[in-house]
Amino acid sequence: MKLIKKVLTAAVATAMTAGAAQAAITDNEVRIGYLADMSGTYRDLAGPNGLEALRMAVEDFGGTVKGKKIVVMNADDRNSPDVASSTVRQWLDSDKVDMVAGLVASSVTIAATKVLNGSDAIGLVNGSAASSITNEHCSPNHIHWAYDTYPLANSTASAIVAEGGKNWFIVTADYAFGHSLESDVRTVVEREGGKIVGTVRHPLATSDFSSYILQAQASGAQVVGFANAGGDTVNSVITAGEFGLAQSGQTVAALLFFLTDVHALGVKTAQGIQLVTGWYWDKDKEARAWSDDFYKRTNARPSMVHAGIYSSTMHYLKAVETTGSDNAKIVRAEMAKNKVNDMFTKGGYIREDGRMVHDMYLAQVKTPAESKNPWDLYKIIRTIPADSAFRPLSESNCSLVKK
Amino acid sequence: MTMIFGVPAAAFFGQLLLGLINGAFYALLSLGLAIIFGLLKIINFAHGAQYMLGAFAAYLLLNLLGINYWAALFLAPIIVGTIGALIERYLLRRITHIDHIYGLLLTFGLALIIQGLFTNLFGVSGNRYPVPSELSGGVNLGFMFLPYYRGWIVAIALVVCIAVWFLIEKTKLGGYLRAGTENPAIMQAFGINVPLLVTLTYGFGVALAAFAGVLAAPIYSVAPGMGANLLIVVFAVVVIGGMGSIMGAIITGLAMGIVEGLTKVYYPEASNTVIFLVMIFVLLLRPAGLFGKEA
Amino acid sequence: MASTEIKKARVSSAQKTQQAIKRRRVMIYVVLLAIALVAPFLAYPVFLMKILCFALFACAFNLVLGYTGLLSFGHAAFLATGGYFTGYLLSQHAVTPEVGILVGTLAAIILGTFFGLLSIRRQGIYFAMITLALAQLVFFFYLQADFTGGEDGMQGVPRGHLFGFIDLENNLSMYYFVLAVFLIGFMLIQRTIHSPFGQVLKAIRENEPRATSLGYNVDAYKLVAFVISAGLAGLAGSTKTVVFQLASLNDAHWHMSGEVILMTLVGGVGTLVGPIVGATFVLTLTHQLAQSALGDWVNVILGLVFVACVMAFRAGIVGEIQKFAKKNFK
Repeated sequence: MKLIKKVLTAAVATAMTAGAAQAAITDNEVRIGYLADMSGTYRDLAGPNGLEALRMAVEDFGGTVKGKKIVVMNADDRNSPDVASSTVRQWLDSDKVDMVAGLVASSVTIAATKVLNGSDAIGLVNGSAASSITNEHCSPNHIHWAYDTYPLANSTASAIVAEGGKNWFIVTADYAFGHSLESDVRTVVEREGGKIVGTVRHPLATSDFSSYILQAQASGAQVVGFANAGGDTVNSVITAGEFGLAQSGQTVAALLFFLTDVHALGVKTAQGIQLVTGWYWDKDKEARAWSDDFYKRTNARPSMVHAGIYSSTMHYLKAVETTGSDNAKIVRAEMAKNKVNDMFTKGGYIREDGRMVHDMYLAQVKTPAESKNPWDLYKIIRTIPADSAFRPLSESNCSLVKK
Repeated sequence: MTMIFGVPAAAFFGQLLLGLINGAFYALLSLGLAIIFGLLKIINFAHGAQYMLGAFAAYLLLNLLGINYWAALFLAPIIVGTIGALIERYLLRRITHIDHIYGLLLTFGLALIIQGLFTNLFGVSGNRYPVPSELSGGVNLGFMFLPYYRGWIVAIALVVCIAVWFLIEKTKLGGYLRAGTENPAIMQAFGINVPLLVTLTYGFGVALAAFAGVLAAPIYSVAPGMGANLLIVVFAVVVIGGMGSIMGAIITGLAMGIVEGLTKVYYPEASNTVIFLVMIFVLLLRPAGLFGKEA
Repeated sequence: MASTEIKKARVSSAQKTQQAIKRRRVMIYVVLLAIALVAPFLAYPVFLMKILCFALFACAFNLVLGYTGLLSFGHAAFLATGGYFTGYLLSQHAVTPEVGILVGTLAAIILGTFFGLLSIRRQGIYFAMITLALAQLVFFFYLQADFTGGEDGMQGVPRGHLFGFIDLENNLSMYYFVLAVFLIGFMLIQRTIHSPFGQVLKAIRENEPRATSLGYNVDAYKLVAFVISAGLAGLAGSTKTVVFQLASLNDAHWHMSGEVILMTLVGGVGTLVGPIVGATFVLTLTHQLAQSALGDWVNVILGLVFVACVMAFRAGIVGEIQKFAKKNFK
């Protein structure tokens, strides 16, 4: 018993000395840890190219902040929250990391932010879709940057209903993520005067979607929405094309669809699909210029996740420079003080729940005739203004939001 | 409209047909597994990866050499089958004398390597393989729109399955194969090159997986992970059928496709688990599987 | 007369070597224990706890593969079941950790009994495929069940106070608790193997028909071994959930079943210490790879290790050392 007490007091003592917030760059370095899936299912989403985007930010910033070197380390999370949790813990304890970037699978991100919560380091989430990250899982130690499911479901649905797509059929992935997308879409469609005529739930990683597509086709709905992700969405879209959903007059809407997915499918298969994105490489001159740099290094056009990694890192480094500190609390406050004006967005701002609020875009995949090269994939149909894009704070369950 | 168990007859028949198409894939894959098991007594865990290799072979043949679908239908299985034969010759053969579990473990390791390599080379998003122009479009059957290509899958898969059954059950070569399964030592004594037979058999089983992969390429995303999850379902199909007979593997594959297809109509949430549930029931009632012979 | 003398001498020398072996074994254990006790001051405690949890998992798995010759490809289901039940109790019902862990272990035992009853009569490859299919069923159950949090996982599980008064938020007390759990599990396996029950298991592995003809109910013996193994795998999962404060689908995925096979294989199938060495090796390797430039090659490298083990080092690290020792230090 005595021994345990001794050990406990010793531990408490070390914790106390480490606790005080310092307005300085600790260890004479700004250390950034990039945590993402480098070898599994979500490799294309952020992966090695996301690390490249992060390195670009560091180089463009000059490699140092106030004369202190910026150091980038990286780790493969293998999509495992165990790995994420222990890696981030070790980064905090042994490597004194100041910022964690990347963060893709929602389970990984939530595990990482639980460890970050209360530490001196901050997490900049770009890869994850789950809107719960700034809702019930919000913390003062992380910011969610590029996108989340709320605008994907809400904006896609309301924009399509506004254009006359009243009757919906939803093909839903049968787990929490798909269910929440489906219920978001249902709320919006019904609020805007549309109707859900049918839904079907398919298991994760289904190999064949023909049965569900056939049911969607038979339903006679004007719009077929895919509330799934990754390989499931890709295969849904392929099968929708095969069974001629578009030819029979149905609009296909993918609720979570990335540039990398569309690129993999090609415009011939994916043409006409409507989707919401946080950013598009060809949206304006600044975006194009940055993505040209990116292309030179990676031989690929950046997705909104890659752009978000660059944008958030730059914004972070600027705040470190202004405050002369790498302490999460101080930097977080400084980041929220300044609007985000860069190649990613104009007038973006960080809310108290950690959500970076910015314009989103409703896009449509080009037809083969419109598309001039393999990456010429979207035309932007309309801009969804920042204030109406994300979950309003009035609906938030985040403990940081004062009500 | 006529209803069948609360579902319009049109939808019912449509789903039945789609189930049969999926069943054709299960049949091809479990057939390959059964042939390999028959002679080598191992479960080929790399079967899913080899199915993926078949699809990628077709994709690469088209994009690098401009070789079209019809040629790929022959070439891809030959290429991947040859790789399989090499795997047997240089790896599997060295461990035939020990517990067959090691064969499973070896092929599991190979599956990891192959899938990992392709993930690094081609990314995970997958690639698109076009439907051959001769088979694009479809026909309205009245109860559903049937893409020609899906019809082709069922037809060719059935033809190949029956041809394989005929080859093994009715020809001299098949006779050697079956005898080799029963008693390799006597076969050797009769002057038949059993090791060569084993190599060719493994190569042939792998080629069947690759063939299924080529068939799948135009309708699914050609991605490194395409075979991994499918394989576990096929394992369950194999357990249900028992690995005793070639015809058993084919029939069980088709039947399970239909069972799964109907589940997608009546209770879609269970469509991926239904085959496992069937497996449990079969195990309780007939532990050796529906067509199994072993004690 | 002379012959009896020689016999006596022989017997006593045999006893002496046996005693020497026993003494050496005790020595090894003492050294290992000493290392385990000081380890958290030398290495990163959370990583050490992870190793201990997976070492227990691998030891549990080895009880089935190494001592009854059954290859289970579904052990992830038990790891996940232990983890989810413990996590649920800790976060929703605020029980103390030891109660949560016990219930998690119990849940794994029940599931193990069910798996065992269905699969134990089949051998070799069939057994592997059946356990794999059953585990896949369990995976889909956890994916769709509400209480697991689906893809997001069960997060923010409180570590709580052991027996109501030892705060496990402290990594050192947590570490010694995990070490204690591991030792209990390990002792249980050690006792099982060296008991008459374990001898029968070995007899079954060597020659099943003979064991049957001797009147042993072979299936019942295998079933008991399988259930013990499932329970200990659940114990590992439960403990891991307390350590990481989360439970996720990764634990239920068939990759996890593959990984534990690899750990056991690398360390040495059928050796007591092998799985511990194997777990340490595999976890250290993946940990190092994840942070290196070779990060995206991790699956390829694990596959290569698998192939290398099967082709060249079937005895595993510990097995090969034993072989080497036998050859050179007789």
